[in-house]
Amino acid sequence: MPGTKEIRAKITSVKNTQKITKAMQMVATSKMRRAQERMRAARPYAEGIRKVIGHLTKANPDYHSPYLSGRETVGNVGIIVVSTDRGLAGALNANVFKQTLLLMREWQDKGAAAKLCMIGAKGMAFFRRLNVPILAHVTHLGDRPHVKDIIGTVKVMLDAYRDGELDRLFLVNAEFINTMTQRPSVEQLLPALPIDTEGLQRHWDYLYEPEASQILDDLLMRYIESQVYRAAVENVASEMAARMVAMKSASDNASKLISEMQLIYNKARQAAITKELAEIVGGAAAV
Amino acid sequence: MAERHTIQVEIVSAEGEIFCGPATLVVAPASQGDIGVAPRHAPLLSMLKPGEVRVHLPDGTEQFFFVGGGAIEVQPTKVTVLADTALRAKDIDEAAALAAKQRAEEALNDRSGHITQAEALAELARAAAQLKIIARLRKQHS
Repeated sequence: MPGTKEIRAKITSVKNTQKITKAMQMVATSKMRRAQERMRAARPYAEGIRKVIGHLTKANPDYHSPYLSGRETVGNVGIIVVSTDRGLAGALNANVFKQTLLLMREWQDKGAAAKLCMIGAKGMAFFRRLNVPILAHVTHLGDRPHVKDIIGTVKVMLDAYRDGELDRLFLVNAEFINTMTQRPSVEQLLPALPIDTEGLQRHWDYLYEPEASQILDDLLMRYIESQVYRAAVENVASEMAARMVAMKSASDNASKLISEMQLIYNKARQAAITKELAEIVGGAAAV
Repeated sequence: MAERHTIQVEIVSAEGEIFCGPATLVVAPASQGDIGVAPRHAPLLSMLKPGEVRVHLPDGTEQFFFVGGGAIEVQPTKVTVLADTALRAKDIDEAAALAAKQRAEEALNDRSGHITQAEALAELARAAAQLKIIARLRKQHS
């Protein structure tokens, strides 16, 4: 049986670990809330831009934007993968990567090659080993991603699509469902799926400054960017939620460990006292 | 009465809502010159230059918002400004795209040197565990 001193040292060390995991849990909780707020704040813009694009496509049926009309043959697919910069977030990143690999396999079976774009350091570390071309990447967006940090990365993919290097563009990120559940989601960015125009009122046309086609392409670009931004913010919320849960279970495990060790410690202490008493009594009897 | 002389204004950016409320006049830096939008303006869609959007509130005061560009959509009773949060220009975007490409290339090329600390620690733990097993096997066989 180990001595009482060793057990006590171990208990202290587990307690210190628990302090850290508890602190991380609380930090993750508050960061998650803020990320959720940012998710909500991004919605009016995306909706507004969606509505305008809907009007535009309806008013200009003769203009076919390359971003809207798909291509028949698919030789290359682009995938934007959003991952976290830091670990200790449970299986969050692993699930996103698994989904990405499935998507890549699916297109490889159809004879298309995949080209990736990475947002987040973990994704870069993982996909670097796979020998897949990675066209662009950006890391360390922090807990508050900004649109301006994403623009360049997205532009690489949009340009590749426009120039025919990519025939499809997908976005994979961890969807925030609730605090306990985050699910990897795959979304097709390009060609943009036709936006529902049924709900729009009577048909009218705008006055345009400059041409409609120019505006439509510019807006579509911003729409894609806003979707990637939304994905990045959502991924932060998911990361924080996953970390919160992971750290909570780590703290719980530490508590369990401490109470078990406390029991062993008490037993060891009791055994030592009994032994000492027996020695005293034995000694007294001998005298 | 009030609705006739005001127009609902919404200024939103990708990162959040900036302004929402009624106004009597909105002046925005459209790509081909400043435009003023009064209530019951004809439907208009235009890109914006970087500049300020001025909103005349019904109480007579004025509010200014800086936009880095974007788009403005005008309907007879509603103005929506889709503002860019970042300054956009063709060459700035181009430079950002180039930087993103370069980062990817650099990260792909330097395979050896740049292992993160977490990865190194994981490798170390794996090696230590293997050594332990080897030692145990040796003990059993001797």
